[in-house]
Amino acid sequence: MSKIGVFVCHCGENISSTVDCAKVAEAAGKYDGVTFSVAYKYMCSDPGQTIIKNAIAEKGLTGVVVASCSPRMHEPTFRKACAEAGLNPYMCEMANLREHCSWVHEKGEETTQKAIDLVRVLVEKIKYNHSLNPIKVPVTKTALVIGGGIAGIQASLDIANTGHKVILIEKDPSIGGHMSQLSETFPTLDCSQCILTPRMVEVAQHPNITLYTYAGLESLEGFIGNFKAKIRKKSKSIDEKICTGCGLCITKCPNKKIPSEFNEGLGNRTAIYVPFPQAVPNKPVIDRIHCTYYTKGKCRICEKVCPTQAIRFDQEDQIVEAEIGAIVIATGFTVKQPDFFPEYGYGKYPDVITGLQFERLASASGPTLGEIRRPSDGKIPQKIVFVACAGSRDQAKGIPYCSKICCMYIAKHAMLYQHKVHSGKSYVFYMDIRAGGKMYEEFVRRAIEDDGVNYIRGRISRIYEKNGKLIVNGADTLLNAMPVEIEADMVVLATAGVANEGAEELAQKLHVSYDPYHFFAEAHPKLKPVETNTAGIFLAGACQAPRDIPESVAMASGASAKVAGLFSQDELTREPLIAVVNRQPAPVYSSCVGCFLCISACPYQAIEKEELRNRNGDLIRSVAKVNPGLCQGCGTCVAFCRTKSIDIQGYTHEQVYSEVMALFNEF
Amino acid sequence: MADFEPKIVAFVCNWCTYAGADLTGTSRIKYASNVRIIRFPCTGRIDYMLLLKAFDEGADGIMVSGCHPNDCHYTSGNFHARRRWIMFRSLCDFMGIDIRRIIFSWVSAAEGARWADIVNTTVASIRELGPYDEYRKIAAKPIMEVENHG
Amino acid sequence: MTLGFYPGCSLKGSSREYAESVVAVAKAFDIEIKEINDWNCCGATAAHNLNRELSLALPARILSLAEKQGLNEIVVPCAACYSRLTVTKFELAKDPELRKKIVAANGLEYSGTAEVLNIIQMLNKYVTTKLEGRVVKPFDHKVACYYGCLLVRPHAILKFDREEDPQLMDELMLKAGATPVDWAFKTECCGAGLSVSRTSSVGRLSGKIIRDAVDRGAEAMIVACPMCHSNLDMRRGAINSFLGEKISIPVLYVTQVIGLAVGLNFKTLGLQRHFVNVTV
Repeated sequence: MSKIGVFVCHCGENISSTVDCAKVAEAAGKYDGVTFSVAYKYMCSDPGQTIIKNAIAEKGLTGVVVASCSPRMHEPTFRKACAEAGLNPYMCEMANLREHCSWVHEKGEETTQKAIDLVRVLVEKIKYNHSLNPIKVPVTKTALVIGGGIAGIQASLDIANTGHKVILIEKDPSIGGHMSQLSETFPTLDCSQCILTPRMVEVAQHPNITLYTYAGLESLEGFIGNFKAKIRKKSKSIDEKICTGCGLCITKCPNKKIPSEFNEGLGNRTAIYVPFPQAVPNKPVIDRIHCTYYTKGKCRICEKVCPTQAIRFDQEDQIVEAEIGAIVIATGFTVKQPDFFPEYGYGKYPDVITGLQFERLASASGPTLGEIRRPSDGKIPQKIVFVACAGSRDQAKGIPYCSKICCMYIAKHAMLYQHKVHSGKSYVFYMDIRAGGKMYEEFVRRAIEDDGVNYIRGRISRIYEKNGKLIVNGADTLLNAMPVEIEADMVVLATAGVANEGAEELAQKLHVSYDPYHFFAEAHPKLKPVETNTAGIFLAGACQAPRDIPESVAMASGASAKVAGLFSQDELTREPLIAVVNRQPAPVYSSCVGCFLCISACPYQAIEKEELRNRNGDLIRSVAKVNPGLCQGCGTCVAFCRTKSIDIQGYTHEQVYSEVMALFNEF
Repeated sequence: MADFEPKIVAFVCNWCTYAGADLTGTSRIKYASNVRIIRFPCTGRIDYMLLLKAFDEGADGIMVSGCHPNDCHYTSGNFHARRRWIMFRSLCDFMGIDIRRIIFSWVSAAEGARWADIVNTTVASIRELGPYDEYRKIAAKPIMEVENHG
Repeated sequence: MTLGFYPGCSLKGSSREYAESVVAVAKAFDIEIKEINDWNCCGATAAHNLNRELSLALPARILSLAEKQGLNEIVVPCAACYSRLTVTKFELAKDPELRKKIVAANGLEYSGTAEVLNIIQMLNKYVTTKLEGRVVKPFDHKVACYYGCLLVRPHAILKFDREEDPQLMDELMLKAGATPVDWAFKTECCGAGLSVSRTSSVGRLSGKIIRDAVDRGAEAMIVACPMCHSNLDMRRGAINSFLGEKISIPVLYVTQVIGLAVGLNFKTLGLQRHFVNVTV
């Protein structure tokens, strides 16, 4: 038997100026189940809340309807008051008499009648409310960071420094990512490796960080605070514990002509290799795809020369299982290769290179030791053309977005070139210049004013090769689309930044959404840039969209703060307004027929299949079950369910139907 | 029909339209008082049988409103609501239910003025259409016939 | 089966040797081709510059006539005609309202089922596989295959070969015993209709094409379009003027090369009609 209290607020004059509050309270008092009905000036004030609390205590109220402002305003306030008085907070509802009634209508009978109707609706609803308790889910305080570039490194360090454990996995033999390939960084022209390597070493030495390189995520199960990850450690063919990193094997390996991934194909490496001298960990791996022993069964020289006998040809991949509480995805991006561009020769011309390849040329530890040289004949180019927006901002190429960093690195490349080749002439063909960061615009101006880089506003229609030169055909749109033809020695394409090859697969393993370009999707583009729609999984860096180093670092720290927040509790508390699939005694068990349409409707993968078994352990059937830790309470599944077996607390079928019926019937 | 004031119920989502209607209030924009809002977490939750129930109980018009596509607080609830609506509308039309009396809209939390506009337009059009007595006649009819034939 | 043949205006006039070589090659390979009865001009560039509906109605009439005459596959040797017919098929399939309007204007039924083949597609379908055994005089020269604009663009509609560095004509020439050179002006504009209105521009544009081909060692230019042929061959005067040099590289149609390779007669292939002498 309901004992509902109705508390009508004047809200000063905000409600009472157009709504006759006394009349509303009087009408409410007559409803079946309402045992207490009163109006007061300021319900949310201390005295107002006291009225509610006293009524609960003295009248033994089982439900409270506060008819005042919007529940988006004060629902927590009144629920807290009820809880303090000993009434379950979810037995408190609010009727919106202010924003939806008194403030938007003129004073009069219709307005008061509407107020009365709105109160009646909530009174009927509350008769079907249940006491609910917040849901608690435990938290494993270990984070998994996927990707060891600058974003992953920053996130790992930040989380580890809060005292929690981190497992960092990186698919390459070393951490460092693209930042380790750069020569200098804009806008300061800091040496990239100089600022990066101390962080890399810190990661390797940090007591809270476990680093797995040459490893990837095999599978992921579970939910926020309670993930189970399987990590595949690819076999390095080395016993890392006894390898000293002396490098003798690398110097003796006869297989020296494998294109180096770190040098973007501009230099070679051996089959047993370390990607670059400052690699962390500085232990080699054997590339089984190219190694003579694995392909032809011969050689084994590395094994013979290794002073500690650390080579293990028979080593197999290892699967490591880990319990994880939160995940940070920091897998970064990649760049399009020249063979993507038919107008630039389908990758035919060795002197048409990408920005990343130029970085390797400019890098002091690169294949040309920092000298800008043509890949075709090793000569120093006297005329170099930089092409902006190669692929980006181009609907026809399927990449309509801007890759953000290219305008800046082109200016940087042109400047580096001019510094290294004083007599050289550089040209930049651009559409717009995007230099929106701190000190960025000034940096580009330096390139133009101090270093004499020629900026031409126009696009390149064709590049072809003739007599050892690259003929670049473009137009200067600021000179009325005057055709420009340059005989260049080298062309650097600022090719589009795109998602990594395995991004889609990883997203599906993690159940995070991704956009049509396979960049991972943030939960809200403005206000939740580091969260995903999957609770407990966060994003850092260019895996979400092309971005530069400072932003990647900032995002990584942001993600770490979220993880630290998550780990600051031993238990997660969540609002209990979630979906529930009914359970009934045998032999029905549940009215759910196991069609699992709800699973396809749920955006959060919060619904699972539960196997119902009898006492003998035999499977009766599978029915749906909602994971209270994951359900966000949208109720889409409820509308989907054909048998009405799933319902959502706070908006149950009974509640909602009773609201509709109450609207048109005076009870 | 001079004195006829339509009774309209609006099923709205908490995150966008409910908040948008709140904004209308905060902005003190006045609109017709015929609409009563019922709150849902998401338009995806709205079971369209509820709409028929509303007609059955005496509603002259119904509004369903939620977040703009791509902005759903729960990612995809409004997509499901939209798809459901397209099919439901066809079905209702086929059955002879006056679908001019169901208004489907997207109103964001920032569109206070728009909510007022939509309400006023809806009220005006339902007032023109008159009271929806036919629904109960349509809904009740088969049962009566069966009873008569014993 | 009988292949429909749409010669178009050029093949009946200034480029009649192209038609002659097509007919000769078809005969040599026992392909029955039948000219579409009562065919009209395809509209070429003139129509689509002035009136969209006219530019679609003219080719649509040709396609309707082909269907009516039971010709389900049409070979269209002229690249411009090929482009217009294929684009028309595409546009009418996309827009049923427009299609109704055009069909009403033409007064002929239209189902859009007639398949339109350019000369390379036709040769690859009916000749290339049989070519190997039939070559008696391999065309043992270095050739620059010039595709021009209209064979490969717009790629999304024509879906023929690669748009920046096409290969199909080169592969065909290989089979005829020639050595195609890799050169940079395969799809660059020759000047097209400026041939009449501004011949000096044709001299410049076609001149650049000839220059690159000659510099890469080509001994002959191979084309699959009467406009290309006309600009590279007939306008050689303007080209020489631009280049400041008398260049004598001949321009042959693909069908003429194939004809020569399988031993057909010089005159049967119309080679004497060229402005720039062809000496074999």
